[in-house]
Amino acid sequence: MTRDDIIHLASLSRLALSDTELDSLEKDLPSILAYVSAVTAIAADEATEEPHVGVRHNVFRTDEVTNEPGSYTEALLSEMPERAGQYLQVQKILSVDE
Amino acid sequence: MDTIHELRAAYIAGTTNPVAVVDRLLAVIAERDPELHAFLEVYAETARAEAEQAAEQLVAEGAATPILTGIPLALKNNILVKGKRATGASKILESYTATYDATIVARLKAAGAIIIGATNMDEFAMGGSTENSAFGITKNPLDVTRVPGGSSGGSAAAVAMGAVPAAIGTDTGGSIRQPASYCGLVGFKPTYGAVSRYGLMAMGSSLDQAGPLTHTVADAELLHSIMAGVDPFDGTTITDETYPPVPTKETYTFGVPRQFLADGIDPDVLAVFNDHIATLKTAGHHVVDIELPLFEQGLAAYYIVMPAEVSSNLARYDGMRYGLQVRGKDLVDTYEQTRAAGFGAEVKRRILLGTYVLSSGYYDAYYGKAELVRRKMRRELETAFQTVDIILTPTAPTPAFKIGAQEDPLAMYRQDIFTVPVNLTGVPALTFPMGQVTREAVALPVGVQYIAPHAGEARLFAIGKTVYDRAVS
Repeated sequence: MTRDDIIHLASLSRLALSDTELDSLEKDLPSILAYVSAVTAIAADEATEEPHVGVRHNVFRTDEVTNEPGSYTEALLSEMPERAGQYLQVQKILSVDE
Repeated sequence: MDTIHELRAAYIAGTTNPVAVVDRLLAVIAERDPELHAFLEVYAETARAEAEQAAEQLVAEGAATPILTGIPLALKNNILVKGKRATGASKILESYTATYDATIVARLKAAGAIIIGATNMDEFAMGGSTENSAFGITKNPLDVTRVPGGSSGGSAAAVAMGAVPAAIGTDTGGSIRQPASYCGLVGFKPTYGAVSRYGLMAMGSSLDQAGPLTHTVADAELLHSIMAGVDPFDGTTITDETYPPVPTKETYTFGVPRQFLADGIDPDVLAVFNDHIATLKTAGHHVVDIELPLFEQGLAAYYIVMPAEVSSNLARYDGMRYGLQVRGKDLVDTYEQTRAAGFGAEVKRRILLGTYVLSSGYYDAYYGKAELVRRKMRRELETAFQTVDIILTPTAPTPAFKIGAQEDPLAMYRQDIFTVPVNLTGVPALTFPMGQVTREAVALPVGVQYIAPHAGEARLFAIGKTVYDRAVS
């Protein structure tokens, strides 16, 4: 894994990294990946098509409102870093290159 | 040290009351916590007010009051309590106030518990020493030069210093059991799905469970019985019918994965473990060697599945709806700057690792293979449980280590070698102190881990009470 790979991953992860952070990640990530790559050998004889029995199941419930409408509105809005009345305010998504 | 059962008996007998107990515990916190830093926040005012109410209720209703009336507890700060700050020990949530109670909190409150404070932890439960908290480390009350373990290190230190009779933690790869071992406590990780995760900050959603840290197995059983049960807000909670019943017995066959213990374990810890086996044999139990080759290799699968789930779960912390926001030149820049400023080094490492193993072209080689390994491990475990009732390991390969001693992330990850397979397979496990080892003239506790089949909670509590509670009472 190269420094450029890590920069690309950081961009996918929406993380800005400093040069110092990149230096230490360049050291840590390859050794962790080498370690976890052992799973390939361990799973080599395991059939991939077998369904996951007994672990995953779907859960259904009635689609109904379980609390008083509006009872959480102010508490949730007051946590927002930027709000405009009852709205969450965010920056412009589309920009025009100058 | 108080136990819940002792406090309850004293409340009913009228020899003490919740106001006196809360005042005494707040004094312990005031004296010891400035050095230990087990608490991120102490709710002195609300705890006192609730204690007064509880005291009145006990006078009026006595034994008819709910079982935890006036019992003070501490909660790891990744568990939501309505109106209280829930930080996950992360800068990104430093100012966040929870808008609702986690299901386990609602159940503990309904049973009468007083929440006395929020405990420190590794940021978003990522770590095994509580050194990864954004708000400073916690020290081990038994030796302040050592870590209390983690990630529920604040909860363990709070109980070990005598600030509360019990605390609640969460366990994704050993985060209740390892600190319990380092601090000389009982710790319990339930069957996956036994306890609702609603209102817990998600780390590894297929691994996380909440559980108690206590002085006795009986107290752990009591708290678990209150927190456990189906929750409509968590579709992964299980019913009594999900798994076949696991009966309790007079004597058990214990399986010891000998090969697993051959490498990387402290010789003194191994000696204490062998003494524990001898005690079990004297008590009439059978102890046999078993093979669990995949358990040794399980850690590799964990460090794929867990970061993958971490990278997905932590995507929600984007600085938009709550928590920290660092304004950038555009929206993407705001996301990147917010997360850069809000997350610590270990969290960033795991997000990047998780993003890598889930990315196109690598998904099958890593995440897909790790899930296959988990399936193989579950089968291996089922086979083992056809011949043994309980699997026995030390809880951690060493006693509590020195603050700052583990700098290499891989070496730190190996502290979880005995606890991680339990989360990967979803079975329950109990830890309690099996003895002590001496380091620099200080006696440090070490824990033993009992692992039962899925839904084997009752078996673990029964044997734990016989082997541990009876010995310490």
